[in-house]
Formats: sequence, C-alpha cells, structure tokens
Amino acid sequence: MQDFVTLTDKHIVLPDGSIEKRTTTLNLGPIHPATHCVLQNILEMDGERVVSAKQTIGYIHRAFEKISERRPLYQITPLTDRMNYCSSPINNMGWHTTCEKLLKVKTPKRVDYLRVIIMELARISDHLICNSIVGVDTGAFTGFLYVMQYRELIYEIYESICGSRLTTNIGRIGGFERNFPNVAFEKLEKFLDEYPRVLKEFENLLMRNRIFMERTIGAGPISAERALNYGFTGPNLRAAGVDYDVRVFSPYCSYEDFDFEVPVGSTGDCYDRFLVREQEMWQSIEIIKQAYQKVQEFKGKEAEVFHADVPEYYLPKKEDVYTKMEALIWHFKIIMGEIDMPAGEVYNCVEGGNGELGFYLISDGGRTPYRLHFRRPCFIYYQAYEELIKGAMLSDAVIVMSSLNLIAGELDS
Amino acid sequence: MALENERIKERLVGRFGDQVSNFEEPYGMLTFEVPKEMNLKLLQFLYDDEELKFKFLTTLCAVHNPDFKGRELAIVYHLHNLSDNIRIRFKAYLDINRPDIFTATRLFEAANWLERETYDFYGVNFIGHPNLIRILNVDEMDYFPMRKEYPLEDQTRKDKDDEMFGRGGSLGYGTVKTSDDTTVVELEKDNVGDKLI
Repeated sequence: MQDFVTLTDKHIVLPDGSIEKRTTTLNLGPIHPATHCVLQNILEMDGERVVSAKQTIGYIHRAFEKISERRPLYQITPLTDRMNYCSSPINNMGWHTTCEKLLKVKTPKRVDYLRVIIMELARISDHLICNSIVGVDTGAFTGFLYVMQYRELIYEIYESICGSRLTTNIGRIGGFERNFPNVAFEKLEKFLDEYPRVLKEFENLLMRNRIFMERTIGAGPISAERALNYGFTGPNLRAAGVDYDVRVFSPYCSYEDFDFEVPVGSTGDCYDRFLVREQEMWQSIEIIKQAYQKVQEFKGKEAEVFHADVPEYYLPKKEDVYTKMEALIWHFKIIMGEIDMPAGEVYNCVEGGNGELGFYLISDGGRTPYRLHFRRPCFIYYQAYEELIKGAMLSDAVIVMSSLNLIAGELDS
Repeated sequence: MALENERIKERLVGRFGDQVSNFEEPYGMLTFEVPKEMNLKLLQFLYDDEELKFKFLTTLCAVHNPDFKGRELAIVYHLHNLSDNIRIRFKAYLDINRPDIFTATRLFEAANWLERETYDFYGVNFIGHPNLIRILNVDEMDYFPMRKEYPLEDQTRKDKDDEMFGRGGSLGYGTVKTSDDTTVVELEKDNVGDKLI
C-alpha cells in the first residue's frame, strides 16, 4: 500500500487538506464483456493501476448442496452439469465415481476407458475455451473463432452418446446409459485426425507471438508456496511449479493404465498457465489415442460391455421393464428414489478442468444424501485474485481473470 | 517409508493423548474428532510436524445434525499431505447455540472463503476471521439456510404462481371456484408474501 501512496504523489497533486479521494472506484462486472461470467470486482484504481480488489460472487447461486439433500443419487447428476459447464462430463463422472465408491461398485475396464475418452475430450474443450479466451482478451479473436469448430465436434460426440451437448448428464452410476454408437467413434477418429493440426496452428498464432507474450509474461504471477496456501489445484497450480494432478496422485477410472506427462510451469503467470493448458491438451490427445486403442482391443462379448451390474441403481433395459416383473420393480424403485443407500461418508475427487473437483458425501442410510459438499476448485482459487492483480494494470486484471478460467457456475454452485 | 494411517494416529495420540478420539477409517481415509478449542492447535501441529506435513487444506465444511444434542454442528476439515499423498479428515463439534470456533485463515489463505461460506450457510462464528460476512447469499438474509430446520420447499404447494417454471396449473395467490356458469377466482390475501421456507 505504501508504494501506491508514493506513486500517487508523483502523478496526482492534490491541494493540502483536500478531502477528495485519491483513488477511483471501478466496477468490473457483474455484467461486463471482459468478466465472461456474472461476477463483480470492485477495483480501487490509482490511475491505471489496481490498488485493491473486492470480489463479489453469488449472483447465480442455486443452492445445489441444499437441493441435493432431497434428491436420490441419480437426480443429482444434472446438478453437477451446471457447475463447470465448460467440462460438464468430468463433473458427471466425478459424481458417478463418488457414488460408486460409496456403493463399492467396481466398473469394468471398458467402461473406465470410455469414461477416460469422454473426460479427456471434456478437458480439451475446457482448456480450449480458456486459452482462446485469453487470446480474445489480449486482442486476438481469430484463434477463438477458429478452434470453436473443434469444440463443436466434441459436442457432437457427446450428442451422439447422450443426446445433449452442454449440460450433458452423461453416464449413469455403474457405466453409461447406452453403448457408444459407431458414429461417436467415427467422429472421434475425425477429431483425432484433424485436431492436432488445428491446435498446432492455434499455437503458432499465439505462443511465440510478441504481442501476446508481452501481455501475458509476468501478468498475475504466483509462487508455488502461495499457490498451495491458497488451495490452488489443476493447471493453475501446475503453472506455479507443483506437479499435483489427481489423475496421478489418486487414480480413478483406471488412469494408472495410461502413459502421460504432467506439464508444469515455473512462474505461475498468465503465460505459464497458457502453456500448461496447451501441453495438457496435447497430453489429453495422447490419452484419448491410448484409450481408444484399448477400447478397440476388446473383442466379442467384452466389446459390448458398457455398464457394471448394479440393479439397485442402473436402470434395466426398457424391453425388460415391459416384460419382466423384477425389472419393472427395479425401474419403479429407481425412478421413485426408493433405494436406501449404505450409510457412510466418502470423499472422492477427480481432476476437473480447473483442478481437484471433490465430492464429500455423507449418507445416513436414507434415500438421499444427508449432506453433500462440493469442493469447487474455482471457488477456492478465486480468493487469490486480489493478490494476483495488486499493482498491475487494469488490462492485466482482465487477462488474469480469464487465464484463471473462472466459471461462475462453479464459483456459486 | 510412506506415511500410513497407523503412523499418523500414533503421532497424534503421542502428542495430544486422549483429546483426539473416535478414530475411524471410512473408505480408507483416517477420520477423527477433536474438541472445538483444539482445532487450531491441531492444524498447526499437522502443518509444522516434520513427519506429518499436512500443508494443503483440501476443503472445509459444516454438517448439521439436530439429533446430537449439544454438538449439533460439525466442522469437517479435509487435509492433504502432498509429499506422501495421504489425506485425513477431522471433525470438531459445536453447540448450535454457541457456534464459536477458531479460524484457520492465519494458516491457510484457502480457509478464508470456505469459512465465509460455512458461516453463510450454517452460522458458524469463526473467531478471528478477517472478514466474516455472507458470501453466496444476500446480505439481508436473516437465517442460515443449510441448517436442517429449514426444509426444502414443498413441491406440491399451490399458493405460488409457478406457471413460468413448469409447475403450471395454479393461478397464483388464490383458488379457482367454478359455479354453474361463472368462474370466480378468490384471492387469498393471507397467502401473499408467505415465507418460502
């Protein structure tokens, strides 16, 4: 704070005894094109420099934790969609794995690999948006527009599997609602074939671009120690130089079967965050290739497996419901939420687009969770925003915000 | 040798004796309980100890259980030791009439908003917190919505005009009475402005 007082003295001369404020208050948000989502920052500006920032969040709070207390497990999946909506399949899978952990369900390998494909596609679409938005905020709109068609292709793959695109509600407890259709694999092949070239082109546009580098290098840096103290996870933590990745530290969905690298940065500034996300996309492509190959290796009956055998939670086939008594009973009980789940408390986390997405579920043996707490990575690391932009220019404040990949849905739950 | 649950338990009991209690391992995660005055001491010990090194606060939340008289609120801490990759969870129970507990913000910056959120939804007073105000709910709210005495809205209620939100049918604050040839809507003034909870 002391520095800014001296800084002010140099530029703004106020008469002695003046009661005028030396700083300007600026509202960045809640509805501002540069915030990209509904959140407000009250900035105290000294000329072009930020003296302090006060974040206000909660504009789209939808009380998911409370609502979950009255819903059976399968009805909570659509709520998780709406947290980080740039990579909702990861949230869905995170929720399914949490339920499976509670119910001690073991999923078949093929299901795990299919899930990995979907999750890595979601990670690519998440990072793609974040990185191209950083480009937009530094003045390069072309990249954003160009990569959008590949996000579209990813959404088409979701669509062919589950019927929806943004808020996917994909998968069920125990596996998937149906086997992947051929068109999904065809589109996946097309994606694997064409996307690396496009990503390379996107990188050529920005990565060694003088203007982009000048804008992002040194903007909003954070040390590894501070980042850990602030509870950073995911790409933002890795950009600061800590190689913590949930996929490696506590593998879920058979991530231990895959060979991939965890990219790390060093300074934790916007440029490092950008590079880490770029590298992660390359790694995700590698993981998808490996997973797709593993999926193709299943032959005969094994190649048809798309869910585990959990009659209490996995809806039976429709033709069975109409012809078999038992299937009808299960169908009714599941839909009406009349299944008592085992009592216990479980914490499960997955590597979401923004970091460790955790689910802390307490069950008292009833039909709905007794308490469900979401660890939203965004909510935790957004606290550091003030520290990141203190003393920076206003235009840096905007890119820091976009390079943190803030998603209002995840902030507010 | 990597750190294990047994070893952590040994260290904790060695340091705090019977003040740490109720050791359990649900789904492999070491879980225990401390008295509410002890939370900060314990966090500090776990943070500083050469062997334990729990330097990462994963999450913090509260749980309300009205059946536990005198200890209705539980504050649940999840900590992570990143070098040995092991997680623990501990709980401190509070009386709902005096929900005071020390803040962890001096140790973990991450605790700041998590504690504000916990205050916002459960009314837990974190002593020493730099800025304990509501975070997700509106400032004017005068109750703590995640407590169990506030059930979710009854989905069959008829006194609210929800036609725009897919529940349809109701004409709003009133009832429809059909006699022989006229339809009369009787307004029930009393229902207007009923609390949602």
